[in-house]
Amino acid sequence: MHHDRPTDHAVLAEGLHKRYGKGPSAKPALSGFDLAVPAGSVYGLLGPNGAGKTTAVRILATLLTADGGRARVGGHDVATQPRLVRRQIGFTGQYAAVDEILSGRQNLEMFGRLFHLGPATARARARELLEQFRLTDAADRVVSGYSGGMRRRLDLAASLVLAPKVLFLDEPTTGLDPRARNEVWDAVRELAAAGTTVLLTTQYLEEADRLADRIAVISAPDGEGGRTIADDTPEALKNRIGGDQVEVVAAGPEHLAAVEKVVARVGRAAPRTEAETLRVSAPVADRVEALTEVARQLRDEAVDVVDLAVRRPTLDEVFLRLTGSPAENTTRSEGADGAGTTSQEVTAA
Amino acid sequence: MSITLDPVREDGPGQRLRWALADCWTIVRRELTHLVRQPTIIAWQLGFPIVSVLLFVYVFGSAMDVGGTTDYKDFAMPGMFTMTMAFGFMNTAMAVAVDKDRGVIDRFRSMPMAPSAVVTGRGVSDVLHAALDLAVLAGIALVIGWRPGGGIAATLAAFALLLVLRFALIWVGVWIGLRVKNQESAGNLFALAFPFGMISSVFTPPSMMPDWLGAIAMWNPVSSTAGAVRELFGQPMATSGGSWIETHPLLMAVVWPVVVTAVFLPLAVRTYGSLSR
Repeated sequence: MHHDRPTDHAVLAEGLHKRYGKGPSAKPALSGFDLAVPAGSVYGLLGPNGAGKTTAVRILATLLTADGGRARVGGHDVATQPRLVRRQIGFTGQYAAVDEILSGRQNLEMFGRLFHLGPATARARARELLEQFRLTDAADRVVSGYSGGMRRRLDLAASLVLAPKVLFLDEPTTGLDPRARNEVWDAVRELAAAGTTVLLTTQYLEEADRLADRIAVISAPDGEGGRTIADDTPEALKNRIGGDQVEVVAAGPEHLAAVEKVVARVGRAAPRTEAETLRVSAPVADRVEALTEVARQLRDEAVDVVDLAVRRPTLDEVFLRLTGSPAENTTRSEGADGAGTTSQEVTAA
Repeated sequence: MSITLDPVREDGPGQRLRWALADCWTIVRRELTHLVRQPTIIAWQLGFPIVSVLLFVYVFGSAMDVGGTTDYKDFAMPGMFTMTMAFGFMNTAMAVAVDKDRGVIDRFRSMPMAPSAVVTGRGVSDVLHAALDLAVLAGIALVIGWRPGGGIAATLAAFALLLVLRFALIWVGVWIGLRVKNQESAGNLFALAFPFGMISSVFTPPSMMPDWLGAIAMWNPVSSTAGAVRELFGQPMATSGGSWIETHPLLMAVVWPVVVTAVFLPLAVRTYGSLSR
């Protein structure tokens, strides 16, 4: 690729290929995946379901062998020096990979021993991590009694026993209720502030937008494996889709058609309508001009609206433009705390 | 506190062996903690053999004539010990499937620990677990009046052979546990384990079964171990025709586990390795 000094990057993947199965029925998962994560950054890996996000992270975390391409993590090749890579990484998969029957403290002490810390150091480190992740009160309770958020925090703590240089998080908040999700986000931010490089896959655009310094968008065209199609800061990605959007929320379904008509007249392109939220948006050339014009027309036609604004495009719109498909599941499954399903802020068209 | 290992050099072979043993011990301690935390698990796991033996000895026992002058109790107890060892592979498969399902195996594989420890730790702790099972069952057997009649050395040899069978079946359990889709499928294994345990000389002599079934039962590794421990307990099974397999239980109680290990240990290792493919 285009990097002279691979050591500048905590994670560097070049042209990774991976197929599952053999022969003609083999399913391509990755077909040319590139990634360069600068040390100390939080990197979001974003893509529709089946684009190969998990495959990519599993290759980088030495859990899967790539069929082609090269990858270095922490300066070591994942294929030829997996042991050296494993000393520098933390990995948190999609499910909280902790022992349900042990207590939180016993889990962390066990992982400490398996990271080859001495008994006293493992104990001290467990105590420290329990404190850091606000699990001290629950430390000696069996994990099966933990809430979903506590489990994830313990899982995250287990990835951090050795203070890894690079932390891989595969959909760290999938299935969590909003409160637990915020707890995980806070923990990731703290780690990033302390200098840990974080590579996280997510299906939630909001999550990537809030956490990541940079975002790689991965997409798998029909019949092919995933490849990186964009790699930039969230802001730069948003700029790509061409500036500001006027957005109007109708006061009721009966006003939606009229709102659509007005927005269509003012916008530079066909409006996008979300029937559920009664939201109509379209890209505009001039912010003030567009806002004034839309407001005037709505007033003239006596259309009732609850919101009227000009805003920057959302990552969701970027995603739609880049991949041709909406971000997946726009609702979260029910969290372990029993909190109800909440709608994502970003809603697919 | 900041803890990092020196990442620049690989460990030498001696150091690696030390870590392999240390990591194995860490995994064993984990499994033993499971036992201490869930004593009811042992009760549940032993529930089946205990209920079976009470059923067979007290409900069917009076109607059971296993040939010769053998008391049915003396026939059924070694059978129950063997059956418990035979069914043990389900516990192994279940534990492995749960670890795989929950991502615990992935976490282990992403760590710089010795990869072998996941499997060796399982092996050691399952044998310890099986020894505990046997101790409890032997206690119950003694309470209801069973007595080994072959001397201390022979009795110890019998229990050793039982553990050898359990050890061999660990690899079957690991292999299955890694291959099943999830822990629920592992739970369905009982349908497989039940005939494997029962179509044997555990509760009835194969000579009393229809010929074809009797042949399967005689060649079942479970029968060889059951036959061997009966001999070592001084309560040999009355054999009818004296087929070779039935008259060499001691030899076969060693050969079968060796064969099973030779087939399934490499399979288990290969399947573990293929997790990265």
